[in-house]
Amino acid sequence: MNFQQVTIELLAGFLENCELFIKTLLFSIPLGLIITLGSMSKFKPLKYLVKTFVWIIRGTPLMLQLFVVFYVPGLVFDTPMRNRMLAAIIAFTINYACYFSEIYRGGIESISQGQWEAGKVLGLTRPQIFFKVILLQVVKRIVPPMSNEIITLVKDTSLARVIAVAEILMAAERFTGKGLIWPLFYTGVFFLLFNGVLTLLFGYLEKKLNYFKG
Amino acid sequence: MEILKVENLSKSFSKNQVLKDINFSLNKGEVLTIIGSSGSGKTTLLRCLNFLELADKGVIKIGDKVIFDGEKKKELSDSKLRENRLHFGLVFQQFNLFPQYTVLKNVALAPTLLKRGKIEEITKKAEKIIAEVGLNDKKDAYPCTLSGGQQQRVAIARALALDPDILCFDEPTSALDPELTGEVLKVIRSLKDNDSTMVVVTHEMQFAREVSDRVIFMANGIIEEVGTPEEIFDNPKSERLKAFLSNSL
Repeated sequence: MNFQQVTIELLAGFLENCELFIKTLLFSIPLGLIITLGSMSKFKPLKYLVKTFVWIIRGTPLMLQLFVVFYVPGLVFDTPMRNRMLAAIIAFTINYACYFSEIYRGGIESISQGQWEAGKVLGLTRPQIFFKVILLQVVKRIVPPMSNEIITLVKDTSLARVIAVAEILMAAERFTGKGLIWPLFYTGVFFLLFNGVLTLLFGYLEKKLNYFKG
Repeated sequence: MEILKVENLSKSFSKNQVLKDINFSLNKGEVLTIIGSSGSGKTTLLRCLNFLELADKGVIKIGDKVIFDGEKKKELSDSKLRENRLHFGLVFQQFNLFPQYTVLKNVALAPTLLKRGKIEEITKKAEKIIAEVGLNDKKDAYPCTLSGGQQQRVAIARALALDPDILCFDEPTSALDPELTGEVLKVIRSLKDNDSTMVVVTHEMQFAREVSDRVIFMANGIIEEVGTPEEIFDNPKSERLKAFLSNSL
C-alpha cells in the first residue's frame, strides 16, 4: 500500500463525510428556523412541545440518535432502514437543527425591541419586520456561534461510522486491520483542511457583514 | 379644525395605573408638547396613540373616525390596527434606525413595502425629504457612520415618508449630546412652519415654550394642567407644576 493508494481510498471515504455534512447543513438550517418559531410561539402547548423535543435531542448522545433512526423503523414498524446514509442524514439534521434553533433564538432575542417597534409604527406586518429588518441583523450576530457549530458538524460526521456508513474513519480502520496504523492518523489532515477552508469562509462572511453595526 | 380627540384614555400595567382618564384634543397644524417628570405617563400616552400599547379604556378619534375604542379592542384586527396607526408617525428617543440599510433605504423601506407607489416615485420623494432634514450628502451612508443628531434627523425623515396626519416625538433629544440637540430641534421647528401637526414629549423646556401652541403638564397619570406656553411657563397654577418648573429650569 503506497501513500497514493491510501489517499485515494481515504478520499473516497471522506466524500461520504462531505455528503453527510452538506446535506445535513442544507436541511438543518431551515428546519432550525422552524423549530425556533415553534419554541418562540405565543401558543403555549406548541411552545412546550417544541421545547421538550429540543431538550430530548440536546440531552441525548448523537450516537444514540443514530442508532434510534437506523434501528427503530425496522423494529417497530417492520420497515428496516436500508439506506445507511439516509438514516445518518435524518439523525444529523434533527440533531443539528435543534442546536441551530437555540442559536437563532438567542440571536433573535438579542435584537432590541426598538427595531420591532420602529417597524410596527411604520405599518409593517410582523413577517415584513422579521424578514426585512430583523433577519440580517440576526445573521450577523450568529455567524460566530454558527461557525463553531458547523465546524463541529464536520468532525461529527465520522460518528456515522457506528451505523456502518463507509466514511473516512471506517476506511482508515480497514487499513488498521491489515496492520497499517498511519492512515488512521492521516485522516486528521482531511478534517483540518476542510475546516481550514470553512474558517476562511466564515471570516470572509463576517467581514462582508461588517458594513453595518447592529 | 379638530384632528385628534382622545377621550377617557386609561392604561394600567398589572396593578400600576399609568394613565388615568386622559382627555385632550388637537387641531390641525397645532403643536402640542407634553411635559412632566419621568413616570408621569407621558411616554405611555404617546405609545397608546401609536398602538405600541393598547389602552385599557377610552376612545381615540381622528376627525370623526373612531380609530380605537377600548370597549371594542378585541374586535380590532391586526390589519385594521396597522392601517389606523398610520395616522400617526413616531420618532423614538433611541432613533431605532435599521442599521443594515442606507439612509435612503431607511426612509424608502416602509413606503416600498406598503406599496405607496412606483419605486422611482418613492425614491424621489425619499430623497426630497432627506434633503429637507439637511442630509442630502448622507443619503448613501449607513446609520453607524452618522452622529446621533443626524440619525435622529433620518428617523424624522423616515416617519415623514408615510405622510402621517400627526407626528409624535418621544423625547427626541434625550439621547443626544447637548451640542447635537440644536440640529434636531431646528428640523422640528421647520416642520411647525410647514403646518405639521405634532405631539412632542420633551424635557427641553425652552424649546417647548418656543414651539408649542399648547402644553400639557402630566403628573401621576393625569393631565394636571393644560394651557398655552405663556400660561404654563409664566403663570403655572398647580403646586406640582410650579415645583416641576422650578426643578427643571
